[in-house]
Parts: sequence; C-alpha cells; structure tokens
Amino acid sequence: MGLNEQSIETLRELLKSGEITTTDIVRDIDAAIESDKRDDLPLNAYIRFDRAEIDRRVDKSEREKIKGLPSRDLLRGIPIGVKDLINVLGSPTTCGSEILKEYVSPYDATAIINLERSGGIPAGKLNMDEFAMGSSTESSAFGPVRNPHDRRKIPGGSSGGSAAAVAGGLAVAALGSDTGGSIRQPASMCGVFGMKPTYGRVSRYGLVAYASSFDQIGPVTRTVMDGAILLEAIAGFDPADSTSAKVETPRFSELVNGGAKGLRVGVPDEYFGEGLSDEVRALVERGISLLAKAGAVTKKISLKYTRYAIATYYIIATAEASSNLARFDGIRYGTRFVKTDDLLTLYKENRRKGFGSEVKRRILLGTFTLSSGYYDAYYLKAQKARTLIRGDFEEAFKEVDLIATPVSPVPAWEIGTLVDDPLSMYLADIYTVPVNLAGLPAASVPCGATAAALPVGLQLIANHFKEGDIFRAARAVEALQ
Amino acid sequence: MNYDTVIGLEIHVQMCTKTKTFCGCSTEYGARPNTHTCPVCLGLPGALPVLNRGVLEKGVAAGLALNCEVRGTSIFARKNYFYPDLPKAYQISQYEQPLNVGGFVVIIDENGREKRIGITRAHLEEDAGKLIHDEDPKGPSYVDFNRCGVPLLEIVSEPEIGTPEEAYRFLAAIKEMMQYAGVSECSMEKGELRVDVNVSLRKQGERELGVKQEIKNMNSFAGVKRALEYEIKRQTKVLRSGERLRPETRLFDENKGATVSMRSKEEAHDYRYFPDPDLVPLALDRPFIEQVRKALPELPEAKRRRFTTEYGLTGYDAALLCSSPKVAGFFEAAAAGRGALLPAASDAEGTASGVPPPAAAVRSGRPKKIANWILTELTGAMNAMKVEIDRFAVTPSMLGELIDLIDSGEISGKMAKEVFDEMVSTGKSAHSITESRGLKQVTDADEIGAAVDEVLAEHEKVVKDYEGGKSSAFGFLVGQVMKKTKGKANPKLVNDLLDRKLGAREKQ
Repeated sequence: MGLNEQSIETLRELLKSGEITTTDIVRDIDAAIESDKRDDLPLNAYIRFDRAEIDRRVDKSEREKIKGLPSRDLLRGIPIGVKDLINVLGSPTTCGSEILKEYVSPYDATAIINLERSGGIPAGKLNMDEFAMGSSTESSAFGPVRNPHDRRKIPGGSSGGSAAAVAGGLAVAALGSDTGGSIRQPASMCGVFGMKPTYGRVSRYGLVAYASSFDQIGPVTRTVMDGAILLEAIAGFDPADSTSAKVETPRFSELVNGGAKGLRVGVPDEYFGEGLSDEVRALVERGISLLAKAGAVTKKISLKYTRYAIATYYIIATAEASSNLARFDGIRYGTRFVKTDDLLTLYKENRRKGFGSEVKRRILLGTFTLSSGYYDAYYLKAQKARTLIRGDFEEAFKEVDLIATPVSPVPAWEIGTLVDDPLSMYLADIYTVPVNLAGLPAASVPCGATAAALPVGLQLIANHFKEGDIFRAARAVEALQ
Repeated sequence: MNYDTVIGLEIHVQMCTKTKTFCGCSTEYGARPNTHTCPVCLGLPGALPVLNRGVLEKGVAAGLALNCEVRGTSIFARKNYFYPDLPKAYQISQYEQPLNVGGFVVIIDENGREKRIGITRAHLEEDAGKLIHDEDPKGPSYVDFNRCGVPLLEIVSEPEIGTPEEAYRFLAAIKEMMQYAGVSECSMEKGELRVDVNVSLRKQGERELGVKQEIKNMNSFAGVKRALEYEIKRQTKVLRSGERLRPETRLFDENKGATVSMRSKEEAHDYRYFPDPDLVPLALDRPFIEQVRKALPELPEAKRRRFTTEYGLTGYDAALLCSSPKVAGFFEAAAAGRGALLPAASDAEGTASGVPPPAAAVRSGRPKKIANWILTELTGAMNAMKVEIDRFAVTPSMLGELIDLIDSGEISGKMAKEVFDEMVSTGKSAHSITESRGLKQVTDADEIGAAVDEVLAEHEKVVKDYEGGKSSAFGFLVGQVMKKTKGKANPKLVNDLLDRKLGAREKQ
C-alpha cells in the first residue's frame, strides 16, 4: 500500500519516527495521480497538482519546524488536498470556472494558515462544481469528476474532487466546503468521512463565497479520527471573519474515542418519507442500529418544517450568490473574453462566456428574488421559513444529542443523467440543506454499500458547536463496520 | 398660481478615521493610486469585511451631535450595482435599519428666526473608488481604489427646507457640527462632503407634495444654492405653462448655472438591497453610546455662547469664529496668552486653552482685538494662500505676541500689518522682525519733536493755510512727519506734538 492510501493517523507516526518524509508522501500521491491519468476513465479529481508549488510549501514547513511550535504535531508535514475555492497564496484559485481560470491568489485563506500552523501542507487544488454550485461535480470548467467506486457514476458534489481524491487514493485527506451538502453528499457517495462544522467554527476568510450565510470549510477524510484531527487543525476564531465564532476549539482528536454510549439519537420521520430509495433506507437504518449497538439510545422525533427546506435554501442561497458573484466581471482580474470600448458589452460578454449554465441559472434566480416587488414574497418569506426550520432543530435538541438521517435519497447516479434536470438535482439535497439553514454541524459516515457496490453514508447532526458528539458516534459506527 | 418650495438634502460626509471602514488600509488622501489597497477593499475573491471600531464611534458621535436616536441594533446591507469603481459590485451600506434616526438641526432662517430641520437618518456606508478618464474621450479610463472602502456617513434631511438660502445654512450647520464632533474635516476640495438635493414645488395651501426632482453634481454650498434657485425657476415655469413634471435625476452644470436631465426615475437602478451576510447585526449597548457622548467635544452652539460671555465678543464675531472648530481653537489659544500690559498677578488665573481668560485681559479688549485680526488679516491671508488655519505660518502665540506689541505701543497698527505680512511669508516672530528691520516705533518725544519742527519749517505755506482755518492741512503735516520718520513715529505722539507746536505758533 502506497503512502497515498494511508490515514493521517498512520502517516503521523511514520513521520514522527523519521521513517518517512513529507516528500515521500507527495511522491506517492503524484505517482497515483499520474497513473490515474492513464486510466480510460480518469477521476479528474485535481485541477492542479504542481510539485514545485508543493515543494515550496514543504520547505516553508521545514523552516517552521525548527521553531518547534507544539501545534505542529497535529499534522506533522502531511499533505492535504484543497478544494479549488480556498485561496492558497501564489496558486491559481479557479473555483472550477472559466472566469477565474487564470486567477492567481495573492493571499492565503485563514484555514490554510491554520493548516500550516498545525504542520499540514496544502498540496494540490481539487476539482469541484463551478463556484460550488451543484450536487454532482459535472459543472466544472475542467470537466466532470468520476466516482472511484464506479467511474461511470458521479462522485457527488460540489466537493466531488475532494471526496473522489480521498476515496481513490489520490489524497491522504482534503478540505472541502459545504453550503447545502457539498461535503457530506460526495463523502456519502464516495464512501469517505466528511464533516460540515458549525457555522462560524472555521473561518471563511479566503473561501470564495457561494452563499455566505451557509458556507463552511470542512474535512474530507478516510477515517473519523482523521476528520477530527483535520478539523482541529483548521478551526478557530478569526478576527478577519465577522461571522467567526469566539469559541475554543475542543481537542476533537481526543474526544473522538469517547464512544457512543449514552448518546441520545433522534430519528426524524420526515427524513424517511417519499423519494428515499429502499436500498439507502435499509443501509441508513442499519447504521442507526449500529449506533444502538454501541450504546446510543434512539428515539423518533419530528422536524415538521423540513418540507420547506429546499425552497428556502434555494431562495436565500441564490440571492446571496447573485450578489457574491457580481464581482466577477473580468475587469480587475480573471478572464477577459472581449476587447470592446463599451462597458456594458464588456460586462455582458465576460459573464456570458465566463460562467457556466448552472451558475447563470442561480444568479438569475437570486437576482429575481431580490428584485423590488419580489423581495417580500421570496427573500423575506424564506428568511422567516429559515427561522422556523432552525426552531425545529432547537426543539429537537432539547431531547436528543444527535439526529441521524440519510445524506442523499439515492446513491451515486450515472454521469450526465440529471444535467438537464436541475429541479431533480436540487431535490436530492433535501436531507442536507436543513443543516445549513440552521448553521448546525453534521457529518456523513459510511454505513455500507448498495448491491451495486455504491457507498452510502449516514448523516449525524448535532447541536451548535457539538461536533465532539458527532465524532464519538461516527467513530463508533466506523468501528462496527 | 403660487408654489411653495420643498427641499430635502442627502449629504455624504467622509469620516476622518485613520483606516478604512472594513479593512486596515490607510484613508490618507492623495497617495499614489492603488497603494492603499488590500484583498478586502479590492473585493478579491474570498476576502471578508470587518467593521472598524473607529467608524462606529464616529457614526455614533455624529448621531448624537445631530440629536438622533442611536439605535441599539442596526444592520449593514448590500446595495448591488455594476460599475468599474465598485470592485465587489455592491456597496456596503445601511438600508432598513440605519444607525441613527430622527434627529434635527437648528438654523437661523432669513427672517432671523430659529428653524428646526429634521434629520430622517444618518447611516454608515463605504465609499467607492475613483475613475480617472483620459483627456481623449476615446482614450482609456483608469481606476484608483485608494478611496474604495473609506467610511462615509450619509445624512438625510426631512423635506423641511423652504428656500435655497435655508439649504445653504443647513449645510453650513451640518458641516460645522461634523467638524466639531470630530466626525469629518468636511473639506470640499478633497470631496469629503458631497450633496444631493431633492426639490419639488407644492401649490400653496395644498398638502400633497409635488413631483420630486433629484439634483446631483454640485461641488460647493454656493453651487447647491444656485442649482436650487435655477431649479425652482424652471419648475415654476413648467408648472405655470400647464405642463407636468416627471420625476427625474438632473445634473447641475456649474459653468452654465443650469440643471440638465440625467435619467428619469423609471430608468433608476433596482439596487436589490439585502442584509449583508458577511457582517453580523451591529449591536450597541448603552454604556458604549454614553462613552461616546461623554467624549464629544463642546458643540458650536455652546461654544458661541461661551465666547460672548467669557471673552466679551459680539454674537456676530463669536459665530464667525465658531464656524470652524479649528478657527475657534486658534482664537482660544491666542487669547489665552498673557497680554504684555497685564500685571503679572493675573497669571495665576491660568492661561491654558479653554480656561477662562484673565478678567483684566477681557477688560483691556485684547480678545476682541485677536478676534478682529483672525477675522480680517488672518482669514484674508489664508484665503489668498489657500491654507487651513492649522497649517498656517502664524501660530496662536505668534499672533498674541503681535497684538501685545501693538498694545504696548511698540509698533503702530500700520506697522503691525507689515510685520504680519512678513510673519506670514517667513514664519518669523513679530519680535524678531521688528528687531531686525528696525521697525520699532519711535516714541521719543525729542526725536519726533525735531521732525515736527523740520516739517513746519519746510512747509510754511501749509502752516499758513492751517492757521487761516484750513483744518485739513493738519493731516498733510502729520503725513510729512511720518514720512520723515519713515513711518516709525508713534502717530499719537506726532498728533500731540504737532498740535502743541502749532498752537504755540498761534500764540506768538
């Protein structure tokens, strides 16, 4: 087994004993990527994996090591793949879009600074749905990503590159971002662990915004322990992000082994209704039964406003997106597609050629719902619904510690099948978006595979800043697999 | 049909913080283009805003000075529109829940009566960058983002202003208030105060407002007044001819003194305001607001009152001095210096700025003289040189010294003006100038007496005229004595001696 296929936990020990160096791991990852490129159906997980760039970061890390920062022990020089909407100084940050194809970031995101402070090495930029808009990683300007378990299938999205790389041995671990399920859904479909932390747990400074009130950076890893280590490494209050929470980061890597005993787990009826595939239902129920076996107490609960979640999410998220993406005009940076004297033509052509159809669809939707005369009926109403959905969870967490649900109603589907059916694709986010509406932490932990050997994840949702409970329960499920 | 004018103003004031609204970049004016920028104010992908505490303090100070209610919770909103000087394609502003609401400003109207003008709101927002166009209209345009993100306070008045002159006075009052509260320097040249006007005409006796026209692009208070005067005439003419006005935005052409249509309101932007999800609601607690209130300096109204009672100034002079806190401060600093003629004992009464001046100094009229010099000579020189009083070559203590030299009779008023001119151009003190130029006034009666004798001998005919009853001849003789003494003779002594010697001749 190459070093590229090991866990953070294992590699950390090997690096500690001096048996291997970071360069050895990077070399093995590079070889795996090169070998994958020769496959008839390559995963296409990376937008960029530049050895020279990574070596510079390794050198920097070696220099830091001499200073003997104790926090460095967390990652000890382990290379971590980065979804290509997180800024890494001197590296392109494309967001999977034509319009940013040539854009090189002049600064590091706070999550990257924290990662390096913990001894991690940002290594390679991972493919994604354009501007994180999508559930299949088919909308990237750099081509679709394939699912390592079945290369004709989607890996999920939008962090499909992160999940496919970790599942396919092309990365030890990766950072993704989750706005409506973009970490959990691909983690579920690729059979890896993925967590969206509490809104405010990880700084958004340097994360290119899709929908600011939902976006969170989180870990995509092979094991639950790795997820705990990686989150601990990147989390923390950041004065540069006004929405960052002033809370201590718990030692997740220690909490993770706490066991599931005594945890109260709620199972909401609304998440097991129409549209859920039988196979997924059976696997998720099996996952819940494993939790019970590990000593958790399960009970039925109700989250009655769930049915408004999709509409609410797609109104607010697209409204924010329409404003967040307005800055991409090709004037100051990014791709300029036309040479013209006319300002309006410049705006129109750059944005017409620079954005793909899903991004345009969401910008139009958001522009519409914010327009005068429609604001009250859509945006404002959606904000009220958001409050109700949040209230649902508040009530539930008075009785339970965790909520267990499916991540996606269906396993990974065939590439190309839903590209022209955006509404069906949106509806597939039904189990993940309520979490983002409420700003809660949630993870997907593998709970088995379908008859066609497609992985399925179990979603575990906790109250604000209670990621520790998720790690404990997820670790227990993982141990009983 | 007669019409009443209804005017409302929107004033953008640039707040004088060291750093920008949402990042740590400098707000310094006139730096090389695009040198005061960072990922935040350039709107680079992934960058996020964090509110500068200084902006909040100044915003609250402004609200308190304008008698507003400072709200416990206010919200930043995004105002979305595309323009090359706006890198995020939205301006962070406040919309539905502004920081300050419901204040007022008192002005003196044209009839000399106090009039209260309501302030609807005063909210925080960030400025955009600046476009610099090539002289060739087909040439390129450049963008300077140094100004981008500089904090602004937008003050919106109620439509309670009735005449162009009231608008002018309201603006002057706002400017004065903002300067006093330390919110803004309000330099028009640097674009630190910009005004948009809303004006409509209403049939006399009716309650319903007329069709509103917005006027932009005035770069002085006088310009605002002229634009309003033009606009009122234009609208009256249109309405009297029986036509209807459409709501529109008009630009003022300073050269033509006329407004021209820019766009109709139907073409107006839909800014799609919504709360900025990158910024949390602004929550202010009472102690914070009280802390800002306590730190507020003396406001113009109180200062005017104090200048008349403590320094014995006229209300008119006090108002002129207080129209700028810098000028008022200069006056107090100069007036605080101990006059040379005063007995040393008065020193115990204190001389620091803001401390009541020695009663003896007030009685001697020294503060009044200082005020006169500031309002005439100093103001004239500063206007000619286009400098502000705090950058002026003559400091308060230098002016005080000059006044003391006049008071002690060491130099004449006429000489003082020459000395002052040299102080302005060289920055030297009055003492060193009079010393080095030998300008000291001649007060020696013998020396002046000799000059008088000489003049009387040289101008026998004039003396005869005088004795014959032509009193104006006296002035000529004084002038001749002054000429002979190169202007250094004490005029009073010259008068006395001439009078005495002429009288002595008559008796002969």
